[in-house]
Amino acid sequence: MTAIAMPEASSAILARKDEIVARLIDAIGVDAVIHDPEETLAYECDALVAYRCPPLAVCLPASTGEVAKLLRICNDLNLPVIPRGSGTSLAGGALPTADSIVIGVARLNRVLETDFENRFMRVEAGMTNLAVSGAVAAHGFFYAPDPSSQLACAIAGNVAMNSGGAHCLKYGVTTNNLLGVTLVTLEGEIVEVGGPHLDPAGYDLLGVICGSEGQFGIVTEAVLKILPKPEGARPILLGFDANEIAGACVADIIRSGVLPVAMEFMDKPAIIACENFAKAGYPTDVEALLIVEVEGSDAEIAEQLAKIREIAARHAPKVMRESHSAVQSDLIWKGRKAAFGAMGQIADYMCMDGTIPTSQLPFVLKRMGEMSAQYGLGVANVFHAGDGNLHPLILYDANKPGDQEKCEEFGAAILKLCVEVGGCLTGEHGVGVEKRDLMVHQFNEADLEMQMRVKDVFDPKWLLNPAKVFPMAASHSRRTANRPAGNGPAGNHEKAA
Amino acid sequence: MPVTARPASEEELADVVRDHAARRAPMRIFGGGTRPVGDVPEIAAAVSACGLSGITLYEPDALTLVAKAGTPLAAIETALAAEGQHLPFEPADHRALLGTDGSSTIGGVAAAGISGPRRIQAGSTRDSLIGLRFVSGEGEIIKNGGRVMKNVTGYDLVKLLCGSHGTLGILTEVSFKLLPKPSTTGMLRIEGLDDATAITALTRALGSPFDVSGAAHAQTRPEGRPLTLIRVEGLPESVAYRTERLREWLAPVLPAGADIAIESDAAKTAAGWQWVRDVEGFAGKPGSVWKLSVKPTDGPGVVADIARAVDCRALYDWGGGLIWLLTPAPDAEAAPVIRGAVNARGGHATLMRRGAASDPAVPAFHPEAARIAALSQALRRKFDPAGILNPGLMGR
Repeated sequence: MTAIAMPEASSAILARKDEIVARLIDAIGVDAVIHDPEETLAYECDALVAYRCPPLAVCLPASTGEVAKLLRICNDLNLPVIPRGSGTSLAGGALPTADSIVIGVARLNRVLETDFENRFMRVEAGMTNLAVSGAVAAHGFFYAPDPSSQLACAIAGNVAMNSGGAHCLKYGVTTNNLLGVTLVTLEGEIVEVGGPHLDPAGYDLLGVICGSEGQFGIVTEAVLKILPKPEGARPILLGFDANEIAGACVADIIRSGVLPVAMEFMDKPAIIACENFAKAGYPTDVEALLIVEVEGSDAEIAEQLAKIREIAARHAPKVMRESHSAVQSDLIWKGRKAAFGAMGQIADYMCMDGTIPTSQLPFVLKRMGEMSAQYGLGVANVFHAGDGNLHPLILYDANKPGDQEKCEEFGAAILKLCVEVGGCLTGEHGVGVEKRDLMVHQFNEADLEMQMRVKDVFDPKWLLNPAKVFPMAASHSRRTANRPAGNGPAGNHEKAA
Repeated sequence: MPVTARPASEEELADVVRDHAARRAPMRIFGGGTRPVGDVPEIAAAVSACGLSGITLYEPDALTLVAKAGTPLAAIETALAAEGQHLPFEPADHRALLGTDGSSTIGGVAAAGISGPRRIQAGSTRDSLIGLRFVSGEGEIIKNGGRVMKNVTGYDLVKLLCGSHGTLGILTEVSFKLLPKPSTTGMLRIEGLDDATAITALTRALGSPFDVSGAAHAQTRPEGRPLTLIRVEGLPESVAYRTERLREWLAPVLPAGADIAIESDAAKTAAGWQWVRDVEGFAGKPGSVWKLSVKPTDGPGVVADIARAVDCRALYDWGGGLIWLLTPAPDAEAAPVIRGAVNARGGHATLMRRGAASDPAVPAFHPEAARIAALSQALRRKFDPAGILNPGLMGR
């Protein structure tokens, strides 16, 4: 998996650009359609910045009705549609093709209903994750999923990718906190799925829509579960001599019956980089660090932390630092939260996202170290230990010829390792284009065929985010069946230097 | 219904299904046969998944269990209890309520998607179900999800299959995310509240930071007085603290002099929540049993609307969002009243147990909006093109 291929653009579509743009403008107004090649550049990629291609046009509808109008046009003209939230996907979920129409939901950003008694809110899907929590914070509530991009990422993208965050061990991921959506189908139908009541009457369509990576329709509204904020939260920092020991400590904490809200793991390269960058006071003479956070009243926090200290003590920690104040808590989290920025200071990096059974942690970390030597690329690990979701950061030099390809190969090898030990290719970032061609390592033909049949139901013409999730060969016949004839210029997705 | 096939392996089951698909011969699929919800016409072939039994993998350190679909629920609960863990969604035992016997299977739990009182705090069956293997209506063996709790690789067919009552595929293996069993349970008991006051109290409790894991209200019980129950679970000191704080927290919404007690006896607490979970109060009572899902604060209004037209008794769980209704009224008379009241506010009503005065024309599952029903049927045709898996259930 070196270069990710995208389908060639349809020359028939490219040739009709003026007519297409005119119809889009007619539907939602001239201010809401971007088609100047200079301006569409802003939408040429998401957070998987190595792959870029400006779309034919970008539409920024202001209502569900406008989304429906746009989709009807795309359906009518057989135009590929790229749904877009805030463009923070690390998997290329919002990567366009030259003949596609990007439909961004950024202007749909209002809170529509807040119901503290029934503990839900209905929001437009372009709202950012953090804005959702912010809208209810004053009432003592929050929205639990907290991806690290939460300042920027949109609920639409969270729903599309079933995003997670640091607090999944206790609160679950998006799908566990989503009660309903308004989905606009390619035919322009507006479908209400779920709602403030619990559980569906029949099949759990909401469950399969969440995580469908924008391939079933465009989500314009979401009903989200909100939770009362706990009285307080405090972390403890634990340092160990070996990854294996930290891993064993994680297992023992889980076994003990304490349910921390977060258990973050950092290996030595990550500790050093974060400490140099953030000056959080992390010990640099340990091999592994754990940040374990618990919630509740002061007395409850004390009770849980005492139990965690007792468990940790059995593993002879080199460092055991409990936070006693908000300032100390912030300091403990400061290094962890700076991890990605810290890595960016040292080198270019690629962030991987596999999940492994937590029992395999020591083996996988050891194996990753060996692979790092083999590929000649550094790797730092910062991840959610409680749920086994790894985020190896592979360090490379984008200016060095061949380094990125080597990095991608290393990344693929790590993800295959995750699958081999009983885990999966992606824990919270999604498949997108990034892991599309690796799907055959986790699923066989029958598994993938059944998934593609589900897309057939929602999007029979395969126009919604068509070249994502499934290996190109597997989805080929479905994608090409309704394509307007003629291929355009190839090589639209050459990697940025 | 006599079992006509009891395959001992996934491959054998796939052979049976392929044979039926080729002949377009329908089959009735069941696990322990303890949750016979829905309307099933007479079908000659009855395929049991009970031959696929056994825990495949249990990693207490990773909070993960994988088991073959026919494994008895009781065997799983015993294995988990030995490690101080449990299935977070508190699967109900509805044998007494539904008048069935036999042994519930873990596959049946997943296929029926029945969650207990802890659903409001720890999520439902589908939230704990993280992976499965199944045989499609064409006899293909399919896997989805896996054994790790964070997994967004491909579409989440696990959710779709959960609660699909064997109409999309026959489950052969299921994986669950587990949780440590809380060491201590505390309970608040309030007697004598009317429905509206009770739901207001439950709503207030659930909106508190005290992590309530059970919130129920029974209109009547054997002793005759309404009873409202609130549960908290966790470490001992924490439970003691939260029950005390909840008592103060609720005071503003309770009538002066309300009888509010803290119950800390473990056996009594467990019995109380089992009574709610299994709807024991309606077991063996004549009449039909309905299960309603509504927005919690709509609960009392929905029940009041229904009670104006038909005689009924209600047990509220999930803070008011789940209503179990017992009514002697004939289904044909009760259905439009119950479903009308639910439709007026949003939600659904399932006829869980038909009483003596039943009418087969009343569908057990709530008729869905046209577009949702069309999508559901289209999905069903993709999973089971020959229409052989439990035809008649869930709308076809």
